[in-house]
Amino acid sequence: MRSLLSIAVLLILTGQSWGKELTVSVEIPRLNVAEYHRPYIAIWIEHADQRVARHLAVWYQTDPKKEDGREWLKDMRQWWRRGGRSLQMPVDGITGATRPVGTHTLTFKEDSKQLEALAPGKYNLVVEAAREVGGRELLRVPFEWPANQQTRASAKGTSELGTVSLAIAP
Amino acid sequence: MKHSMKIVFLAAALVPALSHAHKAWLLPSATVLAPDQWITVDAAVSNDLFYFNHVPLRLDSLTVLAPDGSKLEAQNPSTGKYRSTFDVHLNQPGTYKLAILNRGVFATYQQNGADKRWRGSAERLAEIPKDAKNLQVSESIGRIETFVTAGEPTDKAFQPANTGLELVPVTHPNDLYAGEAAKFRLLLDGKPATNLDVVIVPGGTRYRDQQNEMSFKADTHGEITVTWPDPGMYWLEATLQDEKTTLPQAKRRRASYVATFEVLPQ
Repeated sequence: MRSLLSIAVLLILTGQSWGKELTVSVEIPRLNVAEYHRPYIAIWIEHADQRVARHLAVWYQTDPKKEDGREWLKDMRQWWRRGGRSLQMPVDGITGATRPVGTHTLTFKEDSKQLEALAPGKYNLVVEAAREVGGRELLRVPFEWPANQQTRASAKGTSELGTVSLAIAP
Repeated sequence: MKHSMKIVFLAAALVPALSHAHKAWLLPSATVLAPDQWITVDAAVSNDLFYFNHVPLRLDSLTVLAPDGSKLEAQNPSTGKYRSTFDVHLNQPGTYKLAILNRGVFATYQQNGADKRWRGSAERLAEIPKDAKNLQVSESIGRIETFVTAGEPTDKAFQPANTGLELVPVTHPNDLYAGEAAKFRLLLDGKPATNLDVVIVPGGTRYRDQQNEMSFKADTHGEITVTWPDPGMYWLEATLQDEKTTLPQAKRRRASYVATFEVLPQ
């Protein structure tokens, strides 16, 4: 089972799969702070002029037993400005609960809800993190969609984000 | 006689000018929010921006305009020593306009040889004694506004009343970012306020030596373009005097417009 899983991971990471796909990995760093809350994170694809092309994922406080977490979505202020504010939360297949420290990998097939009919062109992958009583950080990783060959790119955060990387399988 | 007339006229011009010396403002607790949130707003008159340390701004003529154009009731209004406050429940998605509209009438006259001043409303003009000599009446119309958006910005609340000085955003007032340019149109009685002088002062004046005032002159469309140097709260003011009075007794009119804007970091 375990070896099967690592093969699956390897397949994703090396892009040895069937059909074009985009793999995004986002590292949430461990922070040595007195009061820690998991960050809100928005992951999206933007056009060169910063218009949102696609929302990929939004992680926020969704626990119905706690306060309504939608109140602080605007703290991801670039995402909020570019399109977050016009979404009706939650969005099926895009929004989900906040995630713990670690590296989180998301894979989107070309026919997925997120990538379906994405016009060929130059884009940025954008990841924005905002943390309660903490900071905010935004990273951009430029890429071209689709790719003729296996493509990788990454950016490294300095405060709220670790390494953000993308891999495109042709 | 001629001399005293001159003094009276000067005094009439001076009364609005003195009230101009301080800055009136509305300061919302937030300007960009998710739908269905609350804001609380401070309203004060002070020299420093945005510190309530002089007198409160009265809320008698406050209007809260909802995104659909309807008027909302301000919640929990109170006026203290230095500031007034009120809350607004942003229960509709879109842009709200918070506005104080002040209309006033000023008069100077002489009675039994003594100089008198009077301040009131058009309805109370009859209070001025019949035997008033050298009566000089001027009127004023002033707005103090700010804008707040819950969710996606809308522009229905910007509908001008076409009286006095008003601001109609070209760039949405809750879509302002440091380093970017924003354009606003100023109207006088509904028409472009060509050549109007406009000043913008960044907040936080207590912690710096200079006002850092930015000056603009409205173009032929009544428009100004400001590039925000830094994130923060900003105070905009424009004033003018003319003879376009609404009261037959008044010779001069003073019109003013003030607004508070929040500029966000990129």
